[in-house]
Amino acid sequence: MIEINNLNKSYAVGQNKLHVLKGINFSVKSGEMVAIMGSSGSGKSTFLNILGMLDEADTGSYVLDGTPIKQLNETTAARYRNQFLGFIFQSFNLISYKSALDNVAMPLYYQGMKRQERTERAMHYLEKVGLANWAEHLPNELSGGQKQRVAIARALASDPKVLLADEPTGALDSTTSYEVMDLIQEINDEGKTILCVTHERDIAQMCRRIVHLKDGLIVKDESVNQVRAKIALNV
Amino acid sequence: MFSLERWHEIFETLNKNRLRTFLTALSVASGIFILVILLGVSTGIQKGVQSEFEQDAANRISVWTGTTTKEYNGLNPGRYIQLKNEDHVLIESNYDDYLEYRTPIYSIWGGAVSYKDQNGTYRVEGAFPDQQFIENETMVQGRFIAQSDLDQTTKVAVIGHQMKRDLFKNEDPIGAQIDIQGINFIVVGVYSDPGGNREENRIFIPLSTAQKVFNAQDRLRSLAYTVKMSDDFDQAVALSSALSEQIDKDLRQKYSVAPDDRSAVRVNSTLEEAKRIYGLIDTIRGVFWFIGIGTIIAGIVGVSNIMLIVVKERTKEIGIRKALGALPWSIIGMILQEAIFVTAMAGFIGLFLGVGLLELVGPMVDSAFIKYPQVDFATAMTTVVVLILAGTLAGFIPAQRAAHIRPIEALRDE
Repeated sequence: MIEINNLNKSYAVGQNKLHVLKGINFSVKSGEMVAIMGSSGSGKSTFLNILGMLDEADTGSYVLDGTPIKQLNETTAARYRNQFLGFIFQSFNLISYKSALDNVAMPLYYQGMKRQERTERAMHYLEKVGLANWAEHLPNELSGGQKQRVAIARALASDPKVLLADEPTGALDSTTSYEVMDLIQEINDEGKTILCVTHERDIAQMCRRIVHLKDGLIVKDESVNQVRAKIALNV
Repeated sequence: MFSLERWHEIFETLNKNRLRTFLTALSVASGIFILVILLGVSTGIQKGVQSEFEQDAANRISVWTGTTTKEYNGLNPGRYIQLKNEDHVLIESNYDDYLEYRTPIYSIWGGAVSYKDQNGTYRVEGAFPDQQFIENETMVQGRFIAQSDLDQTTKVAVIGHQMKRDLFKNEDPIGAQIDIQGINFIVVGVYSDPGGNREENRIFIPLSTAQKVFNAQDRLRSLAYTVKMSDDFDQAVALSSALSEQIDKDLRQKYSVAPDDRSAVRVNSTLEEAKRIYGLIDTIRGVFWFIGIGTIIAGIVGVSNIMLIVVKERTKEIGIRKALGALPWSIIGMILQEAIFVTAMAGFIGLFLGVGLLELVGPMVDSAFIKYPQVDFATAMTTVVVLILAGTLAGFIPAQRAAHIRPIEALRDE
């Protein structure tokens, strides 16, 4: 699903160059659920941004589902993002003046889908995350966990190849975190490929594979026994 | 552009910031309002001046003579230059092709006129039939002087409408006998003049009769002509001024008058004056547009500024949209549409208020130089186009800024 070869990225900081990613080789098969761990400054955010086509690598190749991702202009990047990726953010990033339903329908709007179909699809995904009754509520009328569920529904709405989650539980208490992880695990069980950046060990343990990043390199890549969030909830 | 969703979003954001929207709209609306009022007033001035010129034919050339004030060719100043019939004949024969209407005039100021027990003093002018068209007279009753009157030196008179009111009250003046300086004339017509009462206090009689009864022999007071108009205004002006210069030169040569002696021979071309005034109106109009556009620019800068703030406030939202796959042009469209909508709505309100005020107050304006200030359809349409352009301009920079927002920066957690 994802093939990355010798990925390098550096930023100019004043006169100096800051080498953030120093040759990353990484591949993800369809249906995997991978946690990317690392301390701050390890380059994990930059890595996720490149995976999310929000930023571009200096050298190295990135192939997503058979499509080489290179030399993107704004328009193609936007189109690929819409087509291939679903984003889940730490701070939810819902549009505050739009109802939950409209938020979920947003990626479909940018796909050029008709309103009727859009609403039906969005409603379907809201049901899936258990928030059908909250469709007409604005984000500020929802709890943190509910907001993240709406964000997950939104990420799923365009039926992307890969879900990219950036600290999805970073703003939530542990019970809510586990509830959200439970939902993400269910989605993974259905076969969706998921990449999840986190610095919380218990959250990482709920994935199937953990990649450790340190100083711009992958230092450890291990498969783990997935801890089911449902069980963790009941402890 | 016409998607319901987009409009929905625009109303939502505008509604969220009512005071800001109101203030922005106010600056645009007042800009358009002022532009419309200025344009209306300039149209009013144009009409006012035009109606001033309607008093006489606009293409008139008048010739007057007086006393010399300068020594010339050994002749002393203080000579009176007397126009004679032969002068008219000479001019007519020299420039016949260029002249439309023509009349020599012998007039007396303050002629005593009476009818029954009513009397007054009026200007009495002996003229040719063409005088009717040169002076722009409209017949209210009866007829003007005819060629046969001149040939037979008949004692007929054409009186002004105001004179008729003064002397005849409600009586029918046609065929009545009036007394001019002790001589009896028959009234054959009543005219009205666009110049109003003052111009209607004149009485026209055949030139030959005037010269005979006032013992003037072949003496004339003045000459009046109109130039044949061509379709090209500038060409007509050129012809008119060339002709008046030529006539001026001829007369000065004949009577040995210094070329710069203005009081001895005066040849006036109304058309030249008209051109100057019309040029002035154009300038006024230009200045008004300039001021109006300036005011609108101030409004645009306001809208542009507000939209920049809007973009800044919505940076995160725009970042989210881009992460979800919004194309750059759809972001540009969103901001542009909002800017155009605000300017257009505010502008139309300003336009309607301006037009409304002009329609309401316009008919009440009664000044010699401003008449019915109003804006015509073409001007209104022009301002509408200006508005749309203004809105696009106002939205352009903020929209560009929005399109260049990088989602990673916008989405960076605080």
